[in-house]
Amino acid sequence: MTPLVSIDGLRVEFPAVGGTVVAVRHVDLEIRPGEVLCIVGESGSGKSVTSLALMQLTRFSGGQVAGGNLTFVCRDGEGLDLRAVDESRMRQIRGNEIGMVFQEPMAALNPAYTIGWQLAEGLMTHRGLSKREARERSLELLNRVRIPDPERRLKQYPHELSGGMCQRVVIAMALACEPRLLIADEPTTALDVTVQAEILALIDRLRRETGAAVLLITHDMAVVAQMADRVAVMHGGELVETGSVRQIILQPRHAYTRALLAAVPKIGEMARRSAPARMKIPGAEDRDGIDTPLHAGEQRILEVENLTKRFPVRGGLFGRTIANVHAVEDVTFHVQETETLAMVGESGSGKSTVGRCLLRLDDPDAGEIRFRGQDLVPLSRPAMRDRFRDLQMIFQDPYGSLNPQMCVLDQIAEPIRNYGLERGSALEDRVADLLDRVRMPRQFLRRYPSELSGGQRQRVAIARALAVNPGFIVADEAVSSLDVSIQAQVLNLMMDLQADLGLSYLFISHDMAVVERVAHRVAVMFRGRIVEIGRRSDIFEDPRHSYTRTLLAAVPTMDPADRISHRETDARVLHTPIHPSGYDPGPSRYEEVSPGHFLLQDSVQ
Amino acid sequence: MAYFVKRIVNSILLLLLTVSFVFLAGRLIGDPALNMLGPGASDLALEKLRQAAGLNDPLWQQYFRYIGNLLQGDFGVSYRFGFSVLPSEDLAAIGQPVVAIVLERLPATFLLAAVALGLAVPLGVLMGVAAAANPRSAIDRLVSAIALAGVSIVQFWLGLMLIVLFAVQLGWLPTGGYGDARHVILPALTLAARPIGRIAQITRSAMLDELSKPYVVTGRAKGLSEGRIVFLHALRNAAVPIITMIGDELSALLTGAILVEKIFAWPGIGLLIIDSLSRSDLPLIQASIAVVAALVVLVNLLVDLAYRVVNPRIRLGQGG
Repeated sequence: MTPLVSIDGLRVEFPAVGGTVVAVRHVDLEIRPGEVLCIVGESGSGKSVTSLALMQLTRFSGGQVAGGNLTFVCRDGEGLDLRAVDESRMRQIRGNEIGMVFQEPMAALNPAYTIGWQLAEGLMTHRGLSKREARERSLELLNRVRIPDPERRLKQYPHELSGGMCQRVVIAMALACEPRLLIADEPTTALDVTVQAEILALIDRLRRETGAAVLLITHDMAVVAQMADRVAVMHGGELVETGSVRQIILQPRHAYTRALLAAVPKIGEMARRSAPARMKIPGAEDRDGIDTPLHAGEQRILEVENLTKRFPVRGGLFGRTIANVHAVEDVTFHVQETETLAMVGESGSGKSTVGRCLLRLDDPDAGEIRFRGQDLVPLSRPAMRDRFRDLQMIFQDPYGSLNPQMCVLDQIAEPIRNYGLERGSALEDRVADLLDRVRMPRQFLRRYPSELSGGQRQRVAIARALAVNPGFIVADEAVSSLDVSIQAQVLNLMMDLQADLGLSYLFISHDMAVVERVAHRVAVMFRGRIVEIGRRSDIFEDPRHSYTRTLLAAVPTMDPADRISHRETDARVLHTPIHPSGYDPGPSRYEEVSPGHFLLQDSVQ
Repeated sequence: MAYFVKRIVNSILLLLLTVSFVFLAGRLIGDPALNMLGPGASDLALEKLRQAAGLNDPLWQQYFRYIGNLLQGDFGVSYRFGFSVLPSEDLAAIGQPVVAIVLERLPATFLLAAVALGLAVPLGVLMGVAAAANPRSAIDRLVSAIALAGVSIVQFWLGLMLIVLFAVQLGWLPTGGYGDARHVILPALTLAARPIGRIAQITRSAMLDELSKPYVVTGRAKGLSEGRIVFLHALRNAAVPIITMIGDELSALLTGAILVEKIFAWPGIGLLIIDSLSRSDLPLIQASIAVVAALVVLVNLLVDLAYRVVNPRIRLGQGG
């Protein structure tokens, strides 16, 4: 079969200060009609640049295809050398013969225009359809991507739709002109795990229905296992291995592929183990890590009771509160010393708000937060300041949470100075010690965040949190934005620090596989309530709540035999827990199904 | 809807505050009667003027009378306008209503502002868009240089230079005054220099911001032309800061007109304010400033309305 796309010796360069950066070199790839080719790799591997080069879009970001051939077979059977065609011919290919789907569905849509307008635009450009025809076709497309109530959606703006819904719209847009190739660049990375499964299944079905080939770019080996026919592994701008999905997943030949596969936490790996275990990092020396399992202490360090947080929705003539978003509703849990309690749930479940309430970044509306026996809720701001030496937070985005104007030394020293703990050379020694602790070379002290990688930034954020010797750390999606291998290193670091310093963590995450490795106990949050809480083994081996089961089932497995296709569902309309003001949803009632394993009685929902 | 009620109430309060301030300032800079008649005036004349204008009443009475009259659209009568020589006898009968004088001058100012804005908005936006669509190019540098010159240049110097060049040296255009289309060119150009620069600058930075967003890549991946992406997709989203700037500049234009009208002897409300100030014609000052203030407030209200048209998130009143 003649390939749809042939890439030979692709080389992409970006001119930069002090020399050219070669983003992609010597890449040879073929995409056959109707197949799914996955390009997998970590950030900076050149996987996205390869797809942008194919679309001849690198030129808009200053890049340049410096070498190689890109051949694409058009609908009329003509083989086009994409490097040679001019921009106006290329425009006829983009969106028409090759459709593209991006990572951030909300940002990929223009916020100022309706869904219908944006869908119709491509149809009118490429197909010369009239407004009415374009509208009819748009409706058909929305039905096809299974968006409920499509008539109404056409008139809505992107911000009125959920992320998963927006991604369905972007997919509909990419498929509007029945392209022969669909490029999907990390299409589910920004989405919740249950939504991820929906979107992947949708792409798979549309591929079968339309016969379009799919180039799927991802960092997630589990997505690869479920979607790919063939796989290309990229590292540092080069192709390290290509093969069928079975070859790559089951018999990887290249060391990098093996490392990538090994770094992926697999759900179920931890069955019958009582304590968290370090992530496996093959090839990396692991001398100073702990091997003994980490058991939680007896003493309760944090007790949260009946925590409730509502955000007012204002409206009417005088901006009165007309309704409340019940972000956190009657949540009770505790964390023991040297214990990791993982809080899992999807976006909007209230898990981050719980973390923010603990540090009083949000003020709770009701409930008690007892830390080492003292209730934090009634404390005044100055009294809290004192308390917060013991309670620190690590945020998700290591780019946003570090001040770009401060070097690493000042970054880490700030909380120490703030509490007046050390000064002068003693301060510098302390910061250097902290850098050693997070395993960063001391010469990084004078560097600025822009000179650090994502993993290094997150290490600095951890060092900063540790600077004042806290006993308790809230880690809000602390490793979510990192590549898997870096993620494994940072998680190991966090577990080592827990063993060495006796830290307790509230580990807020959406990633069930990571949670299974690091947590002692797990709390599952859904629409503001904890629906199930228990030991890790209770939740993973004996999940009782339907939502816990949904969450676990949505985690993609690394088995190439378990394809995504059977999992398709309609887009769900998310019901955020908004209630008119004065509404009392009642307390959370739990049934203890086994010692320490509590299940929410569903009548409350 | 509630938002607009609130905005209108705010605007009214703002206007009230402005006219109150003008009233107070008029009383604070000295005896209004003495200011007007000059140091050589007789006590009798002063007393007659004070009585006629109610200047002997307690301040609060004067204030409430003033506000009460304002509400009825009565800004008082001019101390001077309409009479070449101040009659010494029946002072109560002098002058014409200041509202009439102000309204008579408004069209000239409107014309000047409209021409200046009509120059500044398309020119500034186009310059900014051209610069942002070709970052770090020669066009970008040229636009940045012109914009910087526009915002930094001193208005009266620019006005005088334009007169020297186009009116005196080349003789193409009149030096000033009001008449046919040629009269409006130089003052409008002088007035437009700053807004052209400001609008070009804000458009450039807002467009650079928008053009780096993912939806622009989506547009390109859809096969849209650059023109469509720049003008239809990005410019629409960049419109909020640009409209804000246009609103600000329109307010500044109305105040800038005071100086420019003086330079070019343009018989608008700006020239009127300067003349009435130099003659200490208190009711006229109060009325002209109140009208200018009302215009500024109205402009801001319209800008807020325009936001809602261009940005659906503001329109629907639900951020993000």
